[in-house]
Amino acid sequence: MIELDSLSYSYGGDALLRGISLQLAPGSFHFLTGPSGSGKTTLMKLCYGALQPTGGTVTVFGQPLEEMNRDDIAWLRRRVGVVHQEAHFLDHMTLVENIALPLMVSGRDLSAEARNLKELMAWVGLGARSRAYPPELSGGERQRAALARALIMSPEVILADEPTGNVDWEMSQRLLALLVELNRMGKTVLIATHDLALIRAAKSRVQARVLRIAGGTLQYAGADL
Amino acid sequence: MTGPGDRPGLGRGVRGILTLLRGDVQADRVVPPTGFTAGLTLWAAAAMAFLAVFALALSLAAGRMASEWGGALARSSTLRISAPAEQMDAQTTAAMTLLKTTPGVASARVLGDAEEQKLLTPWLGPDLPLDQLPLPRLIEIIEAGKGFDAAGLRLRLAGEVPGAVLDDHTRWRRPLIRAATRLRELGALSLLLIAGVTGAILTLAAHSALSANAQVIEVLRLVGARDEFIARAFVRRFTFRTLTGAGIGMVAGLGAIWLLPDEAEGAFLSGLGLQGWQWLLPFLIPILAAVVAFWATRAAARRILRRLA
Repeated sequence: MIELDSLSYSYGGDALLRGISLQLAPGSFHFLTGPSGSGKTTLMKLCYGALQPTGGTVTVFGQPLEEMNRDDIAWLRRRVGVVHQEAHFLDHMTLVENIALPLMVSGRDLSAEARNLKELMAWVGLGARSRAYPPELSGGERQRAALARALIMSPEVILADEPTGNVDWEMSQRLLALLVELNRMGKTVLIATHDLALIRAAKSRVQARVLRIAGGTLQYAGADL
Repeated sequence: MTGPGDRPGLGRGVRGILTLLRGDVQADRVVPPTGFTAGLTLWAAAAMAFLAVFALALSLAAGRMASEWGGALARSSTLRISAPAEQMDAQTTAAMTLLKTTPGVASARVLGDAEEQKLLTPWLGPDLPLDQLPLPRLIEIIEAGKGFDAAGLRLRLAGEVPGAVLDDHTRWRRPLIRAATRLRELGALSLLLIAGVTGAILTLAAHSALSANAQVIEVLRLVGARDEFIARAFVRRFTFRTLTGAGIGMVAGLGAIWLLPDEAEGAFLSGLGLQGWQWLLPFLIPILAAVVAFWATRAAARRILRRLA
């Protein structure tokens, strides 16, 4: 589904990532951990075409990233749901409109998707907040809204970059439960986090592979932390 | 990997215009509705359309004047007879007889004292004692069909009416027509300049709006928006804003022209007004402004989106 082969990425002459090879198989669940600044976010961005590698290849859905043009990248992002730590929304649009944004940009008929939209909002616990505007949302609500927006196109892969970074423990458990449930539905999940407690909490719920970035290289940490 | 229905290819520009006209309420919502560029676009388009109406009216009026002056002066000539008082009547009669037998002359008539007085009043004042001045006798000649042979007529006059001088108005007509033609060209140039300035203002406004909305663009790209979709959302906004502004400016311009003194009042600017079907032409200005806005904003949006990539 997503395959990294001898991937390198340099910024300003410094090698941030070196010789990274990784395969995200369909239906797998991965944690990507490592200290701040180790390159977790960079690796995530390389997976959905926000950055181009300086060495090696990234293949997504069987197509090398370097062969994709900007339209192809846009199409790729409709198939890969991305959740950021700092979830950005369009403040002039309501929450439901923000969550429906991927549908809008892909030209889908919103009225035909109204039921899906309603069910998804209820699933992430935001059913009563659909008419709220992003600045009115709490940190937890923003993260759940970002997750809902990432899921509205029924992506095959979900990449979540520090999805619990701005929320309390209880909310992080709720978000984790949602991501685990998605994995049980067959979605491939990759979560970048430096929160080891979150990874330990996930152990009992899902069979996850834990990857650690250190010194620009990827190490398999196994399931035991 | 490009999705069905939004595949790039030939005819994208035409499809873009059709999509623009068809409208997309969903796409329109993604661009924040306010910002200083909104007012700038609207009022700049209104001001430019107002000026364009005047430039158009000037150009049309100049063309009309060139045609009228040229036509009127070309169809008439003046024969001036300067002779001693005792020979004046005889030479006038001889000239009239000669003119009646000249091919291409429809009619000829001797101007009366009152008419001569009227012609001279602007230069010499109303209390002109005509009978005390050795004024020449004037004969107005109206041409028929393709006109007469001026050179041949001059030769005959030289032999039969020695005091006669034929003025076929060529001297007057040429500079007048040249001036009116220049005025028409200036009007057309003004229209082009107005279109250019409108394009430049809209390009700057679009640059500003897109740069100010870099985060909106980032969010849209993150959720899979193609650059064409993002550009279209901005282009639609600017095109319709320009159409509205130019519509307001056009109506104001037409109102101002309509309020100009009419020809009956004999005002200097009376010729600037529009006539008949010409009143419909200014309605093209908002449409042309919208076309300029479409292309200027589209080019600016593509440039900025490439830069932000």
